[in-house]
Amino acid sequence: MSAAPLLEVEALDVAFPGRGRLTHAVRGVSFALGRERLGIVGESGSGKSTTGRAILGLVPWPGMVSAKRLTLGGIDLMALRPHEWLGIRGRRISMVMQDPKYSLNPVVKIGEQIMETYRLHRRGSRREARRRALDMLDAVRIRDPDLVFHRYPHQLSGGMGQRAMIAMMLIAEPDLLIADEPTSALDVTVQNHVLGILDELVAERGMGLIFISHNLTIVSSFCDRVLVMYGGRIVEECAASGLAAARHPYTRALIAAAPSIDRPKAELTTITRDPAWLQ
Amino acid sequence: MSIPDTIAAPLPEPGPPLPAARRPAPSPARAAWRVARQAGAFIASLALTFLGLTCVTFVIGRFIPADPVLAVVGDRATREVYDKARLDMGLDRSIPEQYFIYLKKVLSGDFGHSVITSQPVLYDLMRFFPATFELATIATIIGVAVGIPAGVAAGANRGRWPDHTIRIVGLFGYSMPVFWLGLVGLFVFYGRLGWVSGPGRLDVFYEDILEPRTGVILIDSALAGEWGIFWNAFGHLILPAAILGYIALAYIARMTRSFMIDQLSQEYVTAALIKGRSFRGVVWGHAFPNILVPLITVIGLAYAGFLEGAVLTETVFAWPGLGRYITQSLFNADMNAVLGGTLVVGAVFIGINLSCDFLYKVADPRLRAP
Repeated sequence: MSAAPLLEVEALDVAFPGRGRLTHAVRGVSFALGRERLGIVGESGSGKSTTGRAILGLVPWPGMVSAKRLTLGGIDLMALRPHEWLGIRGRRISMVMQDPKYSLNPVVKIGEQIMETYRLHRRGSRREARRRALDMLDAVRIRDPDLVFHRYPHQLSGGMGQRAMIAMMLIAEPDLLIADEPTSALDVTVQNHVLGILDELVAERGMGLIFISHNLTIVSSFCDRVLVMYGGRIVEECAASGLAAARHPYTRALIAAAPSIDRPKAELTTITRDPAWLQ
Repeated sequence: MSIPDTIAAPLPEPGPPLPAARRPAPSPARAAWRVARQAGAFIASLALTFLGLTCVTFVIGRFIPADPVLAVVGDRATREVYDKARLDMGLDRSIPEQYFIYLKKVLSGDFGHSVITSQPVLYDLMRFFPATFELATIATIIGVAVGIPAGVAAGANRGRWPDHTIRIVGLFGYSMPVFWLGLVGLFVFYGRLGWVSGPGRLDVFYEDILEPRTGVILIDSALAGEWGIFWNAFGHLILPAAILGYIALAYIARMTRSFMIDQLSQEYVTAALIKGRSFRGVVWGHAFPNILVPLITVIGLAYAGFLEGAVLTETVFAWPGLGRYITQSLFNADMNAVLGGTLVVGAVFIGINLSCDFLYKVADPRLRAP
């Protein structure tokens, strides 16, 4: 971890107006990230994905974002104008989305989509972009890059699609990658393979990674540090290895709810919620 | 409480890479065979559809209450004349036989004579259809050229002023009766401002100078280098085409807007924004190619509708088009003309449908043969 953190988030708040009042999706979230792997876990609606979108400046209208501090390598993201964002997204911060079936453009060839990111941020000929895209496909361990380059998304399997997505989002060498449930839509066997590729690329390039997931198992084995979100707040922050010693009742309940193959239960544990968790 | 073992398990080694979906490159002979087979299937479907169309026109011709013999000989003919005409027309034969005779005639381009114009129906159609074709094509081009950008702008700025403006302009377009728009248009742009020419396809002065080659005056005059005639025809054409185009525009813009809104909520749009592309770039570069398939359908239907003949517009602008021809023939029980016109309209729809099917495949790789 370098001295100055890569990303600093302080008191991030995202609210959506509706029915005459504000609904807060994210409430006063603060954390700092170096060139490390940070996991964010939480249930659906806990604000983990919205936090990711807020960092990219892509909270959908009419959402309102406020923060005391939101900086990336010294750049104040809150003060960026729309055209300035274009040099940040894809180039400094990037994001791997959940399901390649929906996040790749169905009518554009894979190679074109990967080259597009490169050409948006790097000068160079089409040939150079093409060479880089093929290298990237190779780096995500696609066996026949030339073939996949000319394929359309519907001609790829889910695992291949997600690897192409990773290639597309990493080709401009961002400093920070947000992975928003990157393996949730994949088969379990393919999940580990894709995670392995992600792990390798992040380590190789020294990127910061925010890994958003609702899967405690994956997060604890993949990340250095874990934030647990509940109701738009961070309720617990600990080292991934220290998850066993988690103190917050919600985290403990989440861990207890994970089924185990060795000790099968007749009935799965559910979480009994306490309204006090939201205070 | 202890953590289940599964959490502590180390990340497994990534498995072997999935085999890339591989298809052997087709040999030239096989590729040629595939093209031939596709062409064969295409021609067969075309022939079948056309055969079905002739069945329909034949049945219409046989089973409408108007007596085709009377329509030819008139109601004052004697019994002998009537019977002779009936025999000449082959109406004493069996229905299948009559159909084959009809089919043979149609295939050789013989649709019989029109009673009102006393010309062969084929000759009439070759005069009236190009006029409709010219009007419909220019109107559709106007509708597409203005309607698509307007619809995209409205969809991309949903709920803001461009959206509201375009909606109001569009609402006006598809709620005003076309004959009223035509009359007001003539009054303002021809009568008051004098920017365009009046009804008809050409000034009387220019009529019958041009040797018809395609029947489309804009093309014929350009081919002959008669630019005076070209601009005169253009002056006559532009107002009716603009009015029909306005109706097409309103429809195309409204559909484009809703297709666009649908696509802009897709994940790949967010992904393209994350890559650093501007919103405008995402709208035109990513969302727009994805609305092409439904858009082709909408444009094809609008164009086919105009090619059928726009009776009201043709009447207001004294435009010698197919719509007016068929309507007048219908009022005069001129069955040969009606059937010939119906056949042309049917053939136009077949042609438009096939072109759309072809364009879908160009627009969307998922619809191409694997």
